[in-house]
Amino acid sequence: MIEIQNLTKDYGKVKAIDDVSFTVEKGEIVGFLGPNGAGKSTTMNIITGFISSTSGTVRVAGYDILENPVGVKRHIGYLPEQPPLYHDMTVSEFLDFCARLKKVAPREWKNQKKDIMELVKVTHVSHRLIRNLSKGYKQRVGLAQALVGSPEVLILDEPTVGLDPKQIIEIRKLIKALGKKHTIILSSHILPEVSAVCDRVIIINRGRIVAVDTPDNLSKKLSDFSRFTITVAGPEKMIGDILRGVDGVKNVEVSAIGGEDEASFMVEADKDIDVRKPIFNQLASAGYPILELKSMNLSLEEVFLHLTTTEAKEVV
Amino acid sequence: MLAIIKRDFRSYFNSPIAYVLIGLFICIMSLYFVDSLNAGIASFSSRFISSMSYTLLIIVPILTMRTFAEDKKSGTEVLLLTSPVKLYQVVIGKYLAATCVFLVLAAASLVFPLVLLVYGKPDGATLFSSYLGFILLGMVFISVGVFASSLTENQIVSAIISFVSIFILAHISYIGNYVGGVAGKVLSQISFMERYGEFTTGIIDITSIIFMLSFVVVFVFLTYRILERRRWSQG
Repeated sequence: MIEIQNLTKDYGKVKAIDDVSFTVEKGEIVGFLGPNGAGKSTTMNIITGFISSTSGTVRVAGYDILENPVGVKRHIGYLPEQPPLYHDMTVSEFLDFCARLKKVAPREWKNQKKDIMELVKVTHVSHRLIRNLSKGYKQRVGLAQALVGSPEVLILDEPTVGLDPKQIIEIRKLIKALGKKHTIILSSHILPEVSAVCDRVIIINRGRIVAVDTPDNLSKKLSDFSRFTITVAGPEKMIGDILRGVDGVKNVEVSAIGGEDEASFMVEADKDIDVRKPIFNQLASAGYPILELKSMNLSLEEVFLHLTTTEAKEVV
Repeated sequence: MLAIIKRDFRSYFNSPIAYVLIGLFICIMSLYFVDSLNAGIASFSSRFISSMSYTLLIIVPILTMRTFAEDKKSGTEVLLLTSPVKLYQVVIGKYLAATCVFLVLAAASLVFPLVLLVYGKPDGATLFSSYLGFILLGMVFISVGVFASSLTENQIVSAIISFVSIFILAHISYIGNYVGGVAGKVLSQISFMERYGEFTTGIIDITSIIFMLSFVVVFVFLTYRILERRRWSQG
């Protein structure tokens, strides 16, 4: 449904997003997770055609955003971070305006409007000016606006920010329900929110994707093991045996053999034990110098740490 | 596009801005009206309607200051630009909405000639050509104002930019006289006030009409370019 390839956006020298690629299948709910300023909104703004990318391609429902922007936009309902509302209109007027903007057939619109307003529960405020609505209701009207024309793809930028706990739960439920009919990308900087709603999570940090997985796998990976890649000069088999013998190492896989006397491995080890020192000592005493030792999950953990720490401050 | 025109037009009347503008305009015009009457019926049209043009210096910046500035500030720009509508439709729609409000304002000012019709016999043809000129002049200034509004998200800044630009445009023939030479001649040719002056004396010059409309097209296009360019440079 959505294909993003090598998307990059520069602001002068700063790269807001850097070589981001991912795909979203029809009917999926994908969570975009990352700390503030990670590039979530930028990515969403590019997918919806609000801003242009520096390079890379975006395809939605088979249309390219550069070749056929109107085609893409017709398939997307977008709720930006700040809900785009005309404060001098009533809810009903505003939704009518959106329907005309999105070229919904008038006959169809009559029923659709009723459904949408009931779905997001704004029917009883439909004749009030948007200016006078509370933040929670404004957010709902924003969501209603995204639903106008029943687009296949919904893109929701931090849909629960600024809402009270009860409203957050309601909105999450609503998004889950919408996921049955629509393909949804939503962004958040709260991990439990994403795991509560999404089928798949894309973690993004400093403009780069650091992990893509289901919420369950992700937390498993993070809690059980630490991972390294290690490149050692020496025969693959011998080194593999030495690595497996180190206390705390759970799993060793060969990732690349670079010629006869050099090999790379992926090592999974217990989180509680720092295996790097024993690995070094044992390899050194066996006479195999380490060429490279790199922690794989560092950036992911960094993000995770950030997410879990901000989590403590927010109401879930 | 019709949806945008309609929404913007109504938004002018949902807020006090349209009423204040029309009220202000009628107030100022009443003063000019009395003054023009004192000058005698023969020169009424040209005198009255040419003074109308000077009120545009104040009216137009207030009318256009919010056009794009407000959308940018309130975030509704995102809604417009991510809807399946072409950007040029948004720009033209917004321009036409402002123009429609201006037409309402011009229509309101018809009350003065009507009063005159009751008590005397003003020259209908001159009146017609004067109004045509007035409307064209308004359209020109509005295009400048809308352009100014696309440059900033601050309505006050937008109003000041358009006031200064329109002021310079209105006095461009004076500047032309000072400069002299070829450049001066070019500047005098641009003078909308002089072209407008012709209309008030009952001359409908087709080149003037075309010139003024082309000017509008150029500025609407520039507005489009500004917004288009921002998609690449900002986020």
